[in-house]
Amino acid sequence: MSRAPERTPKRNQGTVMSKIKGTQAIIKCLQEEGVEVIFGYPGGAVIELYDELCKSDIRHILVRHEQGAVHAADGYARASGKVGVALLTSGPGATNGVTAIATAYCDSIPVVVLTGQVPRALIGNDAFQEVDIVGITRPCTKHNYLVSDPEELIPTLREAFYLAASGRPGPVLVDLPKDVMAAMINFPAKAPIRMQTYQPNVTPHPNQVEKACRACLKAKRPVFYVGGGVILSGANEELTRLAKRLNVPVTMTLMGLGGFPGSEPLSLGMLGMHGSYAANMSVAKSDLLVAVGARFDDRVTGRLDAFAPQAKVIHIDIDPSSISKNVKVDIPIVADCRLALAAMNSWLDNSAEFQVEEVKAQHQPWVDQVLEWDEKHPLSYMDAGEVIKPQYVIEKLQELTGGEAIITTEVGQNQMWAAQFYKFCKPRRLLTSGGLGTMGYGLPAAIGAQVAFPGSTVIDIAGDGSIQMNIQELATARECGAPVKIAILNNNYLGMVRQWQELFYNRHYASTVMEVTPDFVALAQAYGAVGLRARTKAEVEPVIREALAVHNVVIMDFSIHREEGVFPMVPAGKATTEMLLV
Amino acid sequence: MKHTLSVLLRNKPGALSRVTGLFSGRGFNIESLCVAETFDPQVSCLTVVTRGEAAIIEQITKQLHKLIDVIKISDVSEGEFVEREMVLIRVRAEAGTRAEVLRVIDIFRGKVVDVSPNSYAVEITGPESKIKAVIDILRPLGIKEIVRTGKIAMMRAPKK
Repeated sequence: MSRAPERTPKRNQGTVMSKIKGTQAIIKCLQEEGVEVIFGYPGGAVIELYDELCKSDIRHILVRHEQGAVHAADGYARASGKVGVALLTSGPGATNGVTAIATAYCDSIPVVVLTGQVPRALIGNDAFQEVDIVGITRPCTKHNYLVSDPEELIPTLREAFYLAASGRPGPVLVDLPKDVMAAMINFPAKAPIRMQTYQPNVTPHPNQVEKACRACLKAKRPVFYVGGGVILSGANEELTRLAKRLNVPVTMTLMGLGGFPGSEPLSLGMLGMHGSYAANMSVAKSDLLVAVGARFDDRVTGRLDAFAPQAKVIHIDIDPSSISKNVKVDIPIVADCRLALAAMNSWLDNSAEFQVEEVKAQHQPWVDQVLEWDEKHPLSYMDAGEVIKPQYVIEKLQELTGGEAIITTEVGQNQMWAAQFYKFCKPRRLLTSGGLGTMGYGLPAAIGAQVAFPGSTVIDIAGDGSIQMNIQELATARECGAPVKIAILNNNYLGMVRQWQELFYNRHYASTVMEVTPDFVALAQAYGAVGLRARTKAEVEPVIREALAVHNVVIMDFSIHREEGVFPMVPAGKATTEMLLV
Repeated sequence: MKHTLSVLLRNKPGALSRVTGLFSGRGFNIESLCVAETFDPQVSCLTVVTRGEAAIIEQITKQLHKLIDVIKISDVSEGEFVEREMVLIRVRAEAGTRAEVLRVIDIFRGKVVDVSPNSYAVEITGPESKIKAVIDILRPLGIKEIVRTGKIAMMRAPKK
């Protein structure tokens, strides 16, 4: 038994408590936190923890690459709203997780990543599989810890879960030296966590709520611009109620899709670089922009000085640093989005100033104008006879799943077509790497979502490029019995970059042609999955039907029109009204 | 516009690098940085001098607040404040100039802290303008080495 130096034995001093091993304590703590599943990959530094983990009732899913573990934990978190947990070994295990940690960080996803570390005595010695993962992940975690005192192990883990899920959520990494995990420690009783330096403000200020409501009642051309904060806080119902009673159109960021039903006439779909004409025009012409849980990302705003130039801006966000970061805000509300929208609804409930029919009528000419834009330039594509159009595939997926599937995407054209043509009507149905834009996200995230919802249909909408970035997770999906479906929109190009090259680089397709691409059908079969191929439009529907009917992992390889582009498109750095429509 | 921020942070391993990493990662500038334990050994005080328009300073403050180890931030330059910096200067002091060097140091209320046959090391404390003035005066006499602490600052107590 390795004896840890007990430097601060103050905790529980004087009480008679039997000590337990650090690894046992970790498992017990995870159970207390309600952890049902861990995605991970073993190694020397975590071997003892695995020994304990596999004796417990927590399910472990063995991935094929650590990036996949953290993406799967992220997908699990996005789909379920719970904290996702990944377990990686020290050194390369930890560094392999970094891209996925950064992915979760950029999209504010609650994930706890446990990494093994070399014993304390070896830290700083360039030991085998030693890396300063706390240093490496400092800028891409909400917070991280190196546990250097065994008695701090459990309080630290509890704090990690609390931080990951509260306030603006995000990934938290806990680095666990091998000897700390092997030490005999007291297991402190669970107590509410209070942190002096971390007290996120969740309750909206009533004066700000009142100002925001009055601005909505006064506006002639208001528009809601909502982002991932609506999904994370579960604000969709309050938002829907508010938008409908005020008769205000709603546009969503990529992260916000599903926060307002895509089937509602007031939904303008996505805005920004590949947003709808109506969405971008309505923001540009609005006199009031109500931003909810969105962060004015450059892919949304385009050229900043031309973004909502005539609008007064209300911004609801739990993170004060998001307010007035890129766009000056007139009425800030620092709060949980759901609570803030609920407060607005309840202010309206109790206000004599709010006459529902009057307000609806006041906004109707504007709504008519917006709908006219939408009719004039709806999201559309040209049919190409027997050649498969990617948008058609998405429409068929939508139709054949009744819009009820959980969709994950990779990054690039596949992601944008999915965002444009699958009408998300519920939150947590689109899992996509919005902020970081991580190719290779979709498949492991789909596995995580399927583990959270074994009975749901989970589809990864992929490109032939990005699916190859984490294709090894096919084995994970097979092994853990997650029958995810993968729809590859195969154009033998890195399509989004190719599209930019077509438009802005004189069709010079530098390094965007993949001359060797695997036979995806044969590849699926090699993993014991099902491979299906569609070469013509007529084959699309039967292939999807067959894929949905099979209880196994399925790859659907759709040979799509090679040079199809994503439109509308706002060229980088241009105003969002300067859309290329075809 | 120059701002002096006083940041209280938990005295934890890596806390300082969270702060400096934030500045470098977000492209904020650091003109000087000074950090030491406070009265409470669990808390460090970090004084950072930075430059930027109001919106930038607001972002710096908000981003610092997001760091879990940060307890409190005050922009001391918003009101009346005292700032001090200390400098150690090794200046050439040979037969012809020894007396002159001593006179200059005396004018600036400096102290000689080390003596050698051909140099003095002197200690001078004051606001930035004074440090700059003394360096300008000593430069022609031959400065061999300079070490500065960076600035520390404190708000003045309210007068009423």
